[in-house]
Amino acid sequence: MVPSHEDPIRPDDPITLSITVDGEVITGLQGQSIAGVIMANDRLGFRQTAKRDRPRGVFCGIGVCFDCLVEVNGLRDVRACQRKAGDGDMVVTQGNSGPQDPELHGSELHEDVS
Amino acid sequence: MREVLVIGAGPAGLAAARAARDAGASVVLLDSSDALGGQFWRHLPSTRPSRNEKLLHHGWSRFHRLSDALESDARVRILPSAQVWAIEVLDGVAVHAIIGEPDGRQRERRVFRPDALVLATGAHDRTLPFPGWDLPGVFTGGAAQALAKGERLAVGERVLVAGAGPFLLPVAQSLTLAGSRVLAVLEANHAARLIRGWSPRPWQLLGAAGKGVELAGYVAGQVRHRIPYRLGRAVIAAHGTDRVESVTTARLDAHWAPVAGTEETVEVDAICVSHGFTPRIELAIAAGCALTRERFVVVDEHQRTSIDGVYAAGEITGIGGADLALAEGEIAGFSAAGGTSRSGPARSGPARRRRIFTGVANRIEVAHGIQPGWTEWLDDATVICRCEEVDCGSLRTVARSTQSESFRALKLSSRAGLGICQGRMCGRTVEHLLCTFSENVPLKDDAHSDRRPIALPLRLSELAEPTSHKDQRKGNHD
Repeated sequence: MVPSHEDPIRPDDPITLSITVDGEVITGLQGQSIAGVIMANDRLGFRQTAKRDRPRGVFCGIGVCFDCLVEVNGLRDVRACQRKAGDGDMVVTQGNSGPQDPELHGSELHEDVS
Repeated sequence: MREVLVIGAGPAGLAAARAARDAGASVVLLDSSDALGGQFWRHLPSTRPSRNEKLLHHGWSRFHRLSDALESDARVRILPSAQVWAIEVLDGVAVHAIIGEPDGRQRERRVFRPDALVLATGAHDRTLPFPGWDLPGVFTGGAAQALAKGERLAVGERVLVAGAGPFLLPVAQSLTLAGSRVLAVLEANHAARLIRGWSPRPWQLLGAAGKGVELAGYVAGQVRHRIPYRLGRAVIAAHGTDRVESVTTARLDAHWAPVAGTEETVEVDAICVSHGFTPRIELAIAAGCALTRERFVVVDEHQRTSIDGVYAAGEITGIGGADLALAEGEIAGFSAAGGTSRSGPARSGPARRRRIFTGVANRIEVAHGIQPGWTEWLDDATVICRCEEVDCGSLRTVARSTQSESFRALKLSSRAGLGICQGRMCGRTVEHLLCTFSENVPLKDDAHSDRRPIALPLRLSELAEPTSHKDQRKGNHD
């Protein structure tokens, strides 16, 4: 992050917040995306892929690639680059095991009909 | 009063909304983000205002004029965090949106039935695959821009920017202003092609002074920061265990095939790679709009698409940058509002600007467009479809063993392009590779990867919720 007092665009002093990622409390700034808060805390990998168990992080950064999916406050498959961090958010990175509790997570519809 | 609905609040959409109001219509402006400006004018959130944000932007005062006018206008309804997931054209246009926190719970579904629709959905980066491109630390140029402009976060400390096109330069500039050390910008094309694309009839570029100044500013920025701009070179592989640690670059020939023996290894902690842009045309396709052979939305001089009441502006009609998008948006908004006067924007300043910047767009394609030799940097283990983890070898095996002539069948057999991004990242690449591997060029069905009748993943529980009727007009109900 560019430290506020050194930033040539001269932003106002930021308001901080904290979120919990896989049990660890990290701090960020109000208005940041969850992805931004996680990356600013030196963490690049967000999830493990289903087939090959490989790490993935933010790729497109604008909500198109779905590589940065995380669980937020119990709801899976939230794009971390699109969701603004809220103070106290509980974020869990997603592994390759799939949802454990279908009631909680809900199925998804993303049909390809081309 | 006539109502115009605009989808997308980037340069094209903002200009369209403003022009539609000026021509006497009321406006509904939808954008998936929680702020105006699109990707081009991505900026710090309102909770963190800054005094000198124009340093990061081209045309920042234009953005403020547009957004201030729209935000203070009672006849403009701005709906942020609104994702359009379907468009139907039956008896008029119906736009289905879901409004609320991205991928959240209990979002509100709404249906809009405007008198006219302006599509200004923009584009996203197109990144060609290479071994290791799925490692954390490999980003598109757009990701670097979004994090640098929207959060003042640099994606890495030692960063290489690579790919093709003039838009690599603002990526390098944004990174530098966010504190990264940009080691170099690698442009895949050689000087000869850039000269062929950019230099003929230079007087035509004089009118494009805005673009000229924008690009000149980036070049000057590069000189100031002493970033090498290397032509005819590309990142052909990224290496690392859990994140990118180094990359292999190589010299490319004129067709983008890597030249053996020219490899170099560079230690990095991030790379930003973009080879151009993919227009976001699924909503235009859902509305039934005709496309060009290159798959841009066909528009006439009034920015009308082939569908009555549907207009298009910006990158979905051709990749031309913000100045072209602004000119097209202005014309589209005016036309959509029913403006017909002879001095309307289709006959005056915006039309002239549109002509000039269309020329710039054509030059970008001639100078920087993707060349076929890049497939030679793939190996069998290179992931092609990131979501479904389909590698290049499997794609080739499916194509050769099924001998199918159907793109649809090949996708279903290989699973490439069927994941949660709905083929946005790999779709066009998969089309190209399947055509190459199957040796049936072109594939015989007319299917392609840009058709997404449901334009974003929805939760079934949300789909089952009743639609809010408060935005429906004239007592219409579904």
